[in-house]
This record gives sequence, C-alpha cells and structure tokens, in this order.
Amino acid sequence: MSILGKLSLDAIPFHEPILIATFSAVALGGLVLAFLLIKYNLLGTLWNNWLTSVDHKRLGVMYIVLALIMLLRGFADAVMMRLQLALSTNGGEGYLPPHHYDQVFTAHGVIMIIFMAMPFMIGLMNIVLPLQIGARDVAFPFLNNLSFWLTAGGAILVNISLFVGEFAKTGWVAYPPLAGLQFSPDVGVDYYIWALQISGIGTTLTAVNFLATVFKMRAPGMKLMDMPIFTWTCTWANILIAASFPILTVTLALLTLDRYLDFHFFTNDGGGNSMMYINLFWAWGHPEVYILVLPAFGIFSEVVSTFTGKRLFGHKSMIWASGAISILGFIVWLHHFFTMGSSANVNAFFGMATMVIAVPTGVKLFNWLFTMYRGRLRVTVPVLWTLGFMVTFTIGGMTGVLLAVPGADYVLHNSLFLIAHFHNTIIGGAVFGYLAGFVFWFPKVMGFTLNEKLGKTAFWCWLIGFFLAFMPLYVLGFLGMTRRLNHTDNPDWNIWLYIALVGAFVIMAGIISQLLQLYVSFRDRKDNMDTTGDPWNAHTLEWATSSPPQSYNFAVIPTVSDIDAFTDMKEKGEAYVRKDSYAPIHMPKNTASGMLVSGCVTVMGFALIWHIWWLAALGLFGSFVFLVIRAYTKDVDYYVQPDEVARTENAYLDSVAKG
Amino acid sequence: MSTTHMNTHDAHDEHHDHDPAPHNVFGFWLYLMTDCLLFATIFATYAVLFMNTAGGVSGKDIFELDFVLVETALLLISSITYGFSMICAHKKDKKGTLSWLSVTFLLGAGFIAMEIYEFHHLIVHGNGPQASAFLSAFFTLVGTHGLHVTAGLIWMAILMIELIVSGFGSRTVTRLSCLSLFWHFLDVIWICVFTVVYLMGAI
Repeated sequence: MSILGKLSLDAIPFHEPILIATFSAVALGGLVLAFLLIKYNLLGTLWNNWLTSVDHKRLGVMYIVLALIMLLRGFADAVMMRLQLALSTNGGEGYLPPHHYDQVFTAHGVIMIIFMAMPFMIGLMNIVLPLQIGARDVAFPFLNNLSFWLTAGGAILVNISLFVGEFAKTGWVAYPPLAGLQFSPDVGVDYYIWALQISGIGTTLTAVNFLATVFKMRAPGMKLMDMPIFTWTCTWANILIAASFPILTVTLALLTLDRYLDFHFFTNDGGGNSMMYINLFWAWGHPEVYILVLPAFGIFSEVVSTFTGKRLFGHKSMIWASGAISILGFIVWLHHFFTMGSSANVNAFFGMATMVIAVPTGVKLFNWLFTMYRGRLRVTVPVLWTLGFMVTFTIGGMTGVLLAVPGADYVLHNSLFLIAHFHNTIIGGAVFGYLAGFVFWFPKVMGFTLNEKLGKTAFWCWLIGFFLAFMPLYVLGFLGMTRRLNHTDNPDWNIWLYIALVGAFVIMAGIISQLLQLYVSFRDRKDNMDTTGDPWNAHTLEWATSSPPQSYNFAVIPTVSDIDAFTDMKEKGEAYVRKDSYAPIHMPKNTASGMLVSGCVTVMGFALIWHIWWLAALGLFGSFVFLVIRAYTKDVDYYVQPDEVARTENAYLDSVAKG
Repeated sequence: MSTTHMNTHDAHDEHHDHDPAPHNVFGFWLYLMTDCLLFATIFATYAVLFMNTAGGVSGKDIFELDFVLVETALLLISSITYGFSMICAHKKDKKGTLSWLSVTFLLGAGFIAMEIYEFHHLIVHGNGPQASAFLSAFFTLVGTHGLHVTAGLIWMAILMIELIVSGFGSRTVTRLSCLSLFWHFLDVIWICVFTVVYLMGAI
C-alpha cells in the first residue's frame, strides 16, 4: 500500500462529464468568490467577524448559509433524479447510469437531512433561543463554534466525495449487508460514515450546549413553563438529540468496525445480524424526524401568535404536546420495517404507538386554529408558509397514519407512497417552517425586511410545485412503483413521472424567486430598514433588541413576569428605557480553535476514508493538541466598557424614537 | 465550589455569562448522559449478539472471573482514591491532591494493563473480535470502556501537570470535579460490564 493509502489519480472521475462540469463550475465560483473577497478587502472581516466568531447570532447565520448552499446541492440532486426518471420510461436508459444514480439518491437524502435541515434548524435556534430567554450568549460559546465547524467538516467531506472517489450507493440509510465491505468495497460508504460521524458529534455537543443554556441562563423571573414556545420546542428537540444521536454514533462506529477491522456485527457470516443495524439506525432515525419538525412547530406558533396579535392559544398544552411527541417518537422506530417479520403483536404495538402521535399533533393544529379564531390575521409571507403547512402537513399526517397500519405497510413498504409521505411531512412540515422562520427573523438578523412580493411568489411556487411533484408519487406507490428505481417500462406510470418532473421545476422557480428575493431585498435595503428592532409588533424578547442585535444582546438583563415577555414590557412602558449608566459586560473572545480542531478531525476523516493511516493519526493528534492549547488559553474574554454600551444603546434608542 | 452551583438556577448576577464555571459541571453532567446512552446502545448490541458465537467460544469458555475480579477491584479502589484527592482539592491541598491522583492514576493504569493483557491473551488464542459476533460485541463493549478509562488517564495526567506547574488556578477544581464525575461514571459502567458480561456470561 502506498503512502497515500487507496488514494490515487484514478479516484478523480475524469470520465464523468457531469462531474467534471460541476467541478469546474464550483472551482470557478470559488475563484470568483475569493477574487471578490480580496477586491473588496473582506478577507479580514470574514475571518475576524465570522469564521472565528463565538457569537451565537453569527454562528446561526453561518449555519443557515451552510444550509442554503446544501439546499442547492441537494435540490440539484433531486432535479437530476426526476429528470432521469422522466427520461428513462418505456425501457429507456436515461442519462444517469445506475452507479451514478445510486450515489445521487444517497447524497440527496444525506444532504437534505443532515446538512440542509439540521443546520437550518440549528441555525435558527442559535440566533433566536438565547435572545428569547434573555441571555447574552449560550452556556459554552467556544463549544458552539466547534459544533458548527464539525458540522461544516462533515459537509465538506460529502462534497469532496463528488470529485475524489465516490459517495455511497446504498441509499441514505446505508443498510448492511449492502453497506458492508463485501458488497460495498469502495470508499463511498466510508465517506458516508465519517461525514455523518463528525457532524453527528457536533450536533450532540450542540444539544448539550443549548440544554445547559435553557436550564442555567434564563432571564430572572422566567420559569421553565414561561419559556417562549420556540425555545420550548427546541428544548424538546435538544433532549431528543442528546438521547438519540449517541445511538447513531455507536451504529456508525459498529459499521466502521465491520468495514475496517473485519468485525461481525452486521455481516452475513460470523453470527452477525444486519437487522440490528436497522433497529439501531431507526432508534436514532425516527427521533431525528421529530428533531427536525418540532422546532418548525415552534416557528409556526410564534408566527401565528405574532401576526394575529394574540397570545398563543394553549401555551402549556403546546409544551406538553411537544413533550408527548418527543416521548412517543422514541417508541415507534419499528414502523420503518414492519416487513422485518416481527410477530403480529409487536407490529400492532408499534403501529398503534405511531397512530397515537396524531393526537398531540392534532392538539397543536387546533391550538393554531384557535389562536387565529377571532384574531386579525395579517397575511404576511411567514403566515402564508404557516397556512400552507397546516394544509400540507395534515395530508402528510394522514398518509402517515395509513402507513402505520402494518397490513397496509406490507403493500406500501419501500414504495413511492412512502417517499411521497415523508417528503410531505418533511417539506410540508420542517422546510416550510424553516422558510417561515427565515422570513420572520431575517430583519432581526440583517436589519432589513425581505421583499414581500417575491416572498409570496416563492411560497406559491413551492406550494404548487410540492403538490405537483409529490401527489403523483402517492399514485405511483399505489400503482406498485418502488423507490430507487433507475429506469422503468410501465406505460401506466409515465404520465405521473412527467407531472412530478414539472413539479420539481415549479419548486425550482420557487427557489429562484427566493434567491432573487435576497438580491432585491439587499439592493433596496435602505427602504426597508428595521429601525425599531420590532418590525412585526411581536411578543418575545428577541424583539427587545436592536436589529441586528447588539453583540451583548441585552445591555441590562430583563426581568420577566409574563409568557409574552416583550408584549408585557411594551404594555407596562418598560420597553425602550434609556438608562443613565451601564455596567461593564463580560463577553467571550473570538477564537480560531474551533476551526483548527475541526479541521484536524476532518483531515482525520478524509485520511480514514482513504486508509492513509499516518495522516489519520496526525489529524487525531492535531485535534487533541489544539483542544489542550485551547483549554489552557487564559485570554478568552473581554469587557464591553460602559461608555461603549451607552453609545450603542443610545444609537438604538434614537433610531427607535425616529421610527 | 462549582458543584454547589449544580442545582441552583439563580446564578444570574449582572455578568453571569462571562465565567462559564458554574455551567461547566452541569454541562458535563449532560454530556455524561449522552455517554451513558452510548454505552446503553453497545450493551443492547451485546445483549442481542452474545449468543451468536458462530461455532466458536462462548463467554463461559474464555472468562476468568478471578482475573476480572482483580481488575474490578483496581478500578473500584481508584474511585475511592479519586474521592480522597477531591477532598484534598477542596482544601486546596496541592500535595495531597497530587499524591492521591498519582495513586488513582496507577490503579487506572493497572486496570488498563490487565485489560490489554486479557485482550492480547484472547487474540493470540484465536479468539479475537473477528472470530464471531459475540467476540466482536465483547471486544467493542469492554474496549469502549477501556478507551474511556484511557482518555480519563490522559486527562488526569494533564491536570496533574497543571497542578505541578501552576497550582490551583480559578478553574482547576472545576476541572478536577468534571474528571471526578467522569471517573465515577466509568466505575458505574464497569459494574454493569462486570455483571452483564462476565458474571452472567460465566454462569
């Protein structure tokens, strides 16, 4: 074996024109970006204010930037698949050969779940949660930065696989024995393993960090049950992360041992049991979908109560419904493989546990409806996303209950009906929620509101495109089409495959509208400035700061006496109060340690994928050294001086007074 | 000092968020819970796979309870000695803390040495982790615990160097408390390993 392990020039896919074109485009884009950064002298800003930042708001923005880039990548995969399936009907071969197509659908799933939805959710949580509880940052700001870079490291590995070697051809679940060494001897599954492992550890640390934050750093007077609903749903999601991501860590580690050291956990021989992998995978994977959707429910709740101008109906019942969903989410994993052949009673238990989840979810829907009831709903873009969600998600929920019937599942298992169902809940639930949250909190982060007209165009394209793209998949499922087919020759399916392709293009129009919306809003930002920090007349504490918020969030930590803390302050005239003097504020300093540690870990991952053992050892050692150096660095914090606080606060309050 | 903060929710003075020490021990508790679930998953895997010996040895054939008992004793005593070093640490008694930490380190290192000997012994007799699903699960469960203990030893060495070089700094006791939690946690895990793997396996 050479010094570079399995890595050689053969790993570069020169013979794949699609990949070479993509690589050229990415490389060109990177060069243009680098050129612009140098031309406008922004490299220093990028390094000092962003990459090394421990500020939760800036980390949140970086998470969302990562999520949006990965959305484009994952969506490109989706369009490629729909195009392939529309071109390969009637026995045609289409343009994507199976070994490439299989990588595309695996990458699509991994990227959309792990590197689009998770960073989007964690990004919004980063920005909003500490503000909502009246804190100046999270409990462990450096750890927060490290978590981000670990997530980014995983994303980088997935994207390297596009140009160096290949990605897994196993589907995003990577079931053995297919994902074992015997049937997947190439590096694809190793890319999968290390990308998920590294980002998963980052996610676990995020959950620990944010749980410590909500339990230890709430503003005085804010009892647990008084926390804003978005903070609560994120807290449930963090509990789920802390309880389920260790299972993923172990599952991937066991698969690693099978592949690297010839262990027999999931192999066909030696007493291995591949169903154990599938059980463990979904013991993580099912809670994972609630991790994605619960914060989205929180966003809808904030949006509905803000734009009706009313308090959220049933705040407590929302908290408990989220808790019930969290707990039930842990005892339904077997519904992903009813066909494993457990006894009827076991399947019945998991089927019923699954159906019961409809009850707390129903509680939430009625709470949103009752909040709107007799309210004066302002139909803004976040509200459109919310209404679109309520209709779409209800359909997805009902097809979920259908799939939860074990007998029906035997017919529908692994069919396109299932694909339609989970896209219906994840797009209609989680993604609509994040996009609502994006528009809702955008002015808080950037200081100006987004263009309303293009926002509405984007919404309608997404909604119509979604129905066009996925309703045909329900039909195709009933017509017997299974998932992950590369080409078909059933004339009855053709029309539905064509409609689905049209749907994908309509969604693309939605995404283009959103990019256009960002551009236009940035261009016209002077006309849409948020001078008050509270553009929607909202209820919670994040709106009690300027837009964008001061680096220290709150000059004086507010004392809370109501669930809608900021509304309460506004009513009592305690908002926007000018103080004569301020105390110095202690804040953490930026650091490059997170990047260095994660950089070493990512190098280690890459080296392990290619069996470059010396480099892997070096990466591990490097990350250890940088962690120890960080632990013994004394210069980690600074004081914002009272006169600077006064200057910042006065500028903000002057801007509020001007309106 | 920071341990007394663990259950209070009122660390909210004006600049409460500059010094993470009050949160550190609580945060470390939360991390330990995730670690606990990590072990739970490996235990579950072991429970599912321990009968799958693929025609090879079972626990009964390879476990030597006397040997494991000595191993167990080393680790349990090391928890007590760590406790003594914490008592000294709270009194800011540098010499006492260091002495007890050294004893703890030696006991922990002895445990690891015995475990390496056991693994080596099994592998040279053809009972390595590649031989069967049972042995894969056995090596992974016991080995993961062993890796944790090794990490604890490295951490302990670093803290001892910190103590020798700069004495008790503002964060030293917090760090010692976190490692203390970690060390006792690994003891609890070992008791489960001893019971589920060795005792139940030897019956």
